[in-house]
Amino acid sequence: MNTQTTTESNSPQVAADQLAELARRIVARAQEKGASASECVIREGREFSTTVRLGQTEMLKEAGGKALGIRVFRGRRVASTYTSDFSWPAIEQMIDSALAIAQVTSDDDCAGLPEASELGAVAGDLKTYSPEVARIPASLGVEWATRCEKAALALDPRLQNSEGGSFDASEGRKIFCNSLGFLGEHRSSYCSMSAVPIAVQDGQMQRDYWYTMGHDLSQLQSPEEVGRIAAERTLRRLGGRKVPTQRVPVIFDPQVARSLLDHVFSAVSGEAIYRGASFWAESLGQQVAHTGLTVIDDGCRPGGFGSTPFDGEGVPTRRTCVIEAGVLQSWLLNCYTARKLKMKTTGNAARGLAGNPGVGYGNLYFEPGQRTPREMIAGVKQGLYVTEFIGMGVNMVTGDYSRGASGLWIENGELTYPVEEITVAGNLKELFRNITEIGNDLEFRSAVASPTLLVEGLTVAGA
Amino acid sequence: MAQDAVQFFFSRYGFGQPELERYLAAALERGGEYADLYFEYQSTSSLQVDESIVKSANSGISVGVGVRVIAGERTGYAYTDDLAPEKILHAARTAAHIASGPARTHIVGLKDTLGAGRPSLYPVVVAPTDVEIGAKLSLASRADIAARAYDKRIHQVRVGYADEVRRVLIATSEGVVTGDYQPLARLNVFCLAKDGQLSQRGSSGGGGRVDLDFFERQLTPEHLGREAAREAIQQLNARECPAGEMEVVLGPGWPGVLLHEAVGHGLEADFNRKKTSAFSGLIGQRVASEACTVVDDGTIPGRRGSLNIDDEGARTQCTVLIEKGVLKQYLQDHLSARLMGASVTGNGRRESYEHMPMPRMTNTYMLGGQDDPQDIIRGVKRGLYAVNFSGGQVDITSGKFVFSASESYLIEDGKITAPVRGATLIGNGPDVLTRVTQVGNDLRLDQGIGTCGKEGQSVPVGVGLPTIKVDRLTVGGTAS
Repeated sequence: MNTQTTTESNSPQVAADQLAELARRIVARAQEKGASASECVIREGREFSTTVRLGQTEMLKEAGGKALGIRVFRGRRVASTYTSDFSWPAIEQMIDSALAIAQVTSDDDCAGLPEASELGAVAGDLKTYSPEVARIPASLGVEWATRCEKAALALDPRLQNSEGGSFDASEGRKIFCNSLGFLGEHRSSYCSMSAVPIAVQDGQMQRDYWYTMGHDLSQLQSPEEVGRIAAERTLRRLGGRKVPTQRVPVIFDPQVARSLLDHVFSAVSGEAIYRGASFWAESLGQQVAHTGLTVIDDGCRPGGFGSTPFDGEGVPTRRTCVIEAGVLQSWLLNCYTARKLKMKTTGNAARGLAGNPGVGYGNLYFEPGQRTPREMIAGVKQGLYVTEFIGMGVNMVTGDYSRGASGLWIENGELTYPVEEITVAGNLKELFRNITEIGNDLEFRSAVASPTLLVEGLTVAGA
Repeated sequence: MAQDAVQFFFSRYGFGQPELERYLAAALERGGEYADLYFEYQSTSSLQVDESIVKSANSGISVGVGVRVIAGERTGYAYTDDLAPEKILHAARTAAHIASGPARTHIVGLKDTLGAGRPSLYPVVVAPTDVEIGAKLSLASRADIAARAYDKRIHQVRVGYADEVRRVLIATSEGVVTGDYQPLARLNVFCLAKDGQLSQRGSSGGGGRVDLDFFERQLTPEHLGREAAREAIQQLNARECPAGEMEVVLGPGWPGVLLHEAVGHGLEADFNRKKTSAFSGLIGQRVASEACTVVDDGTIPGRRGSLNIDDEGARTQCTVLIEKGVLKQYLQDHLSARLMGASVTGNGRRESYEHMPMPRMTNTYMLGGQDDPQDIIRGVKRGLYAVNFSGGQVDITSGKFVFSASESYLIEDGKITAPVRGATLIGNGPDVLTRVTQVGNDLRLDQGIGTCGKEGQSVPVGVGLPTIKVDRLTVGGTAS
């Protein structure tokens, strides 16, 4: 039946109203076949990407795809299936197999759709979609990637090699429908550009990168600016050395400070809380961080990279103050984790094609402070300015924290030589209390954004 | 097996060799030198036992084809999830845009190949995805029960079971038509232990390209449940991990993730062709102590990282990367081998039809040596004995790598003493193995839990290691 291609012949684009109708029909069919409640999610999108390396186009990729997922309930039992085949027989088979699997899963008191009164979508344009993105010609992508890499390599003769400049564009659409009558659609578009130059000095190589991202071309930094920043970030790593093991203040640059928000998220996600798997599981309402620290999750921030009008269960997204002046104010919850905790959903359901909804964030950020990064560095006598972490040595149950790092050494308030092959370690419970200074340089370059942060008293292990 | 997989696509989607030739011709109509088609039909199933109930069970199917065109160092790629001829032709023509000029290459007439030309490395009788869900539920429940029975301080247990079967058909402009049938199954257990105010976690898991019987005969759910519980309980007593450089002894098996990060990625040919790896230009040079011989072997029966053929249709093999400390060879895919004038090594892999292949590891391990593991530990005055890891990462250009211990112990005066809390170990790839002074006679492969990420693509891999001693490595703890 159903999948009819539109005039766009280069991808399996299906008109929005047809996909919505398909979702509605799937839910209706699942109910007819015996589901007590059901949901259908459809995703469709296409992507273009190119990499230019040493001035030559190295890779061009262009494609589109689609998939749908079904989740069905038999009372309090749940199962889900997914398929990329949109033919009706394949879909019927998916519905049947979901219903069959739902006979062997367990009764789970907390399973179920949201209350009808909780359903809905944020009104107004979230400014996440521009039809222009789909019309960006491949030649422009190649040109910008070329310029971006060229600018990176032009800055200094030590920039002798490259992993390339790249340009990516994508657009996508999700449709979500459930048997309580919710039907929502959301579109988004992204384009981004990056450069990864390599600098060589005394036989040692270093690489770093820079990128820019937007919902349309006009939001991107220029290729030349991206290339220049990538080059500067790479050059400053040359000549890296180890430092002796010691406890010092550590300044996190905005790029790496974002990783602390990932840890905040993991520590306040309802999934970790109801299981007792977070070091903050018992800390709601308590002072868990320095009084200067405020964390917001805003799923409906206009133009945000994580903005969407409804979450993975059809509940409107919202602005939630997670930590206010250091006090833990709210978990981030979907319906399941909310029921587990006898609370209400915060509109943070995240959803893939298959499986139960998880918990996700919208746009997660630290509120900016007053100090400039330069002032923050100037106040440190001896310390580390981290610009990159590698590895994931974080234990969310205990808060134990130990990550591979590289950056610049601070001496007498100034950035001096590069350091590498060191680790930064501590415990997240203390770390958040010890974020004593917050920069004024918050910038939304992705769905997670942080200003520069200063953390007192972490252990730097090196020589 | 290759024939069966090829026939699966031919009969299910109603095409044959003439159509494959037509698609390849379309891919090369703008003058590319090489083209290939990667058809994939993947079915998956998974379930979770969480808080001792079956909270979810899922299954699904994804189908598609990726078309690649190579012209010199350039690659064009397109894919479609619709196997209708006009959609595949469209993808082929899109990929063809990377080349410019008239068609130059003739398609070599496609001929059936025997696949790897040897018996399948994973001759499963019944695909795990075809087993009724009750049997899988029972595995997960048994692991849950075993973990809870281990100690009353275990207060949360989550067990995940997941399997998949991937059928692939690969056709290339060099005349190869081949296919494979690739099962994969995995059982994971995650535990939380609680004692007063203290909480700790433990995990374990395993599997491979196996049928369900594997979990009865070789790696039982009871064993996995107890292992996860043991790690969590043991960690309750762990003290702060020391910080700084020290002697480190790595236990056998999964700590082989050291090799994966420290040397494996840096030896992938794409980085070396572009001279972006810290190992570029080091073939023939000493990069490890003489005690170290490291291989990448895609041919070990039933292993998670094994493949009959790689995702470009090449037969997998055992490749010696480092022999007695000397760097021998890189891991090649078609593109890099072609540009470097080398032979393929069967390491061209991809996550799915949506992704381009690139050089990837299969099962990477160090051959066993002469030393008695107990003697190795006895020889350490003050150091760390790390037996379990949660993963790692490497910057292939600077060579710096990390891997994070989830279970380790202090060694004091030649004896294993207290457990310590998790910490990251950091080192430099090209020289860490030069500091390996002892290699145990207890080579062990991991239980089948590894997933490797590179440029956004995940593929299953294996690692292995005998007990080894590294004379000096930076340990990222907090205690002085």
